[in-house]
Amino acid sequence: MQSESVRPKLNSATDVVNVVELTNISKSFPGVIANRDISLQIDRATIHAIVGENGAGKSTLMKILYGLHQPDSGTIAINGVVTQFKSPSEAMAAGIGMVHQHFMLADNLTVLENIILGSEPTKYGVLSLGDARKRVKDLATSIGVEIDLDLPISDLGVGQRQRVEILKVLFRGAEILVLDEPTAVLVPQEVDELFVNLRKLVANGTTILFISHKLDEVLSISDQITVIRQGSTVATVSPKSVDRLKLAELMVGSDLPSHGERTTKVGEKILLSVRNLTVLAKARKNPVQNVSFDIFESEIIGIAGVDGNGQFELCEALLGLVDIQGTVELGGKDASNLNVRERLDQGLAYIPFDRHREGLMLAASLWENGLLGHEATLSRGPMIDVKAARKSCREIIERFGVMTPSELVPAFVLSGGNQQKLVVGRNLANTPKVLIAAHPTRGIDVGAQAAVWKEIRRSRDAGMSVLLVSADLEEVLGLSDRILVMFDGEISAELDPKSATPQILGKYMTGMQ
Amino acid sequence: MNKQLDIHRNSDAMRKSLATLGSSLGAIFLALFICAVLLLVTGKDPLAAYGKILETGFTSDKFVEMLKRATPLIFSAIAVAIGFKMNLFNIGVEGQYLFAALIAAEMGTHVSLPAPLHVLFILVVAMVSGAAWASIAAFLKIVRGINEVISTIMLNYIALSFIQWLFETFFRDDSDGGLNVKTTKIAPSGRMPDLVHDRLNGMFIVALLVAFVFWIVVFRSRFGFRLRASGLNPIAARTAGIPASRMILVALMLSGAVAGLVAMPAVIGDVYGYGPSAIATQYGFAGIAVALLGRNHPLGIVGAAMLFGFLDSTSAELQLSGIPSSIVKVIQAIIVLVVVIVNEASSRRYNRRTAERAAMALKSLDARL
Repeated sequence: MQSESVRPKLNSATDVVNVVELTNISKSFPGVIANRDISLQIDRATIHAIVGENGAGKSTLMKILYGLHQPDSGTIAINGVVTQFKSPSEAMAAGIGMVHQHFMLADNLTVLENIILGSEPTKYGVLSLGDARKRVKDLATSIGVEIDLDLPISDLGVGQRQRVEILKVLFRGAEILVLDEPTAVLVPQEVDELFVNLRKLVANGTTILFISHKLDEVLSISDQITVIRQGSTVATVSPKSVDRLKLAELMVGSDLPSHGERTTKVGEKILLSVRNLTVLAKARKNPVQNVSFDIFESEIIGIAGVDGNGQFELCEALLGLVDIQGTVELGGKDASNLNVRERLDQGLAYIPFDRHREGLMLAASLWENGLLGHEATLSRGPMIDVKAARKSCREIIERFGVMTPSELVPAFVLSGGNQQKLVVGRNLANTPKVLIAAHPTRGIDVGAQAAVWKEIRRSRDAGMSVLLVSADLEEVLGLSDRILVMFDGEISAELDPKSATPQILGKYMTGMQ
Repeated sequence: MNKQLDIHRNSDAMRKSLATLGSSLGAIFLALFICAVLLLVTGKDPLAAYGKILETGFTSDKFVEMLKRATPLIFSAIAVAIGFKMNLFNIGVEGQYLFAALIAAEMGTHVSLPAPLHVLFILVVAMVSGAAWASIAAFLKIVRGINEVISTIMLNYIALSFIQWLFETFFRDDSDGGLNVKTTKIAPSGRMPDLVHDRLNGMFIVALLVAFVFWIVVFRSRFGFRLRASGLNPIAARTAGIPASRMILVALMLSGAVAGLVAMPAVIGDVYGYGPSAIATQYGFAGIAVALLGRNHPLGIVGAAMLFGFLDSTSAELQLSGIPSSIVKVIQAIIVLVVVIVNEASSRRYNRRTAERAAMALKSLDARL
């Protein structure tokens, strides 16, 4: 799609139909399930979805395609030519572009600067922005993206940032686009926009590999769907021939867990009471503005919202990590002036947003990770009671089904889902009164998700109050007794999960209502 | 099943220690090889130089001297390692120990206590002074967010000038005469007894004791766990209720307290006072190298300090036989560089292997179920 490309191109797109052909790819890779004998043909100018649970081997496969890993055996053919990628730059040169789940953009540079970063067009060694601007404009128009090239990235929303990432990859001449969980950060309306752009891209001849575990989206956007389970391809199907349930069964290999109605009742006692909570910020809008709510015993309140609308700061405020205005009461007692330790001692627990950043010490063993936050109880005098700590960790492993050879391995060897189960287990182990659960199942597989949900429900039935912060609307709708929507630091709506739909939630979440 | 896992664990720990030791030894040999090349290039005979080092190093005299030279390095390296355990880079050991040396030497002359208490008093004063000086950097970091690397380096310069001023204005004692001015001599009750007459004093035992306490505190105590957690993932530690600023303060002050002991072998075991030319400098920086070489582990630090002490002890002899004694410093520097590089590579390899073994173990677990 770019005439300037120096890469030799096939004269006719019809010469080879399979733009990407993976044959018998195997890769043993530490800590995650290996790819076993994966074969995959991807037709030119189609959207090919790859679905599977987290840890099923999708990411490994894409990393192999993108040159980040080399397969132990098997071949990769691009446009019918067998190739080997030793690095991402070789893959890029062959026309493969990857849009990562986590954006890699420089906040202070403009859209245009970000797009050309790393492949800046120069004339006589001097940056020539004019040509670049025209090419980027053309690219954007051709896929129906409207964006101001001179805005700094920091002014853009998540959806637009993603568009910049896509343009960046296209600018480098990518004809095969790998999108890793592209909709994970988007609200339903943004997802629709993205899909419009993707269809135009395909119409222009680009081939798209769409990695996802959101089945509805996969069904609506793809031309072909390949299901991967435990490192092997289970099936490649057409979206017309399957439905959601069938696809899910292919993915999990067994019956799906269902949400189910709760049989217990919400209690009478208020365990967490928040009044006029404001988190102050210097030189910008307060991230949390005048938020009030109560959570009763045995109740789950879901906070729905697009990331970055104050949920994170709200959690930090409840935990006592930032200065606040307003009051926080825990179990009927004022906790506004307590520090983190004291609040945790009052029965608060926190499943953090990002298990790697806020939850785990990756280089430390599982039992030490399980000990974090419980060192006061698991010690004898001033010394850590190693035996008790290990036993407590083994109990977490047992109860939450953490797949690990023992409690002595370092945390980095576990898969994401098992790491999350450990973090959840650590925080539920002491039967807290109030749990703040931020994205408790983000990026983990269906099986682990069901396990986490089950444990949260079980603790709720035993009387625990839960503040559930999640961007996964299905989770919010399925677990909550009440839903609060957070937009721009404020609570913009209180909804009943029985009558709310993802579409309604999406509207409140984007401030359209 | 648990029994099996325990075996798995013990062999695991053993494997890790062996891997660490192996990679460190390998790095040392590699460094020696690089130095040999350097010597060849400069027209010296590397075999003769190494021969001389071995020849002089392995006499019983030199063994004692090695222990003596290792003593301040052990203190200094442990001071650095305490900071490292929390990802704090205390480059200010230099200023902290010199400041502590002056204050402790001076205070030691103002009390009269029975022998063991007098010594103890001086050691405590030294630790408190070192901690106090280090706490400045801690406060700057907590209150203003100033990086401790910058502030501790700067505080070294301030310490040097401040010490000089204090010494010249208040503590200088000229009664001894001569050019080598010092503070007033510490009374015999405040002197550390010798282990080997005139060549090694009891501070060596104190150094080993400090290394042991370091191990207990950092690897076994609740405080040490919080310290390491704050180093491994400060945000996770904070979220789990470990107050970051208090940990920074305590860690830097502990580091400074141990740093305060660096000059004590000289102050109470040799010079019996403080004098600008009587107390050796540069131990603070050497300690960083020793801590790196010893991987911040007490055993490693003691071993690394011995190695450095051994090399140092041979430098005079080298000089006499026409080999530049600076080769010792070059060897030390190259060892540290190589060790840091090799450590990084081997810990990556170790991590990969650990992950692979865990995956294998899981697979066999799966198969059994």
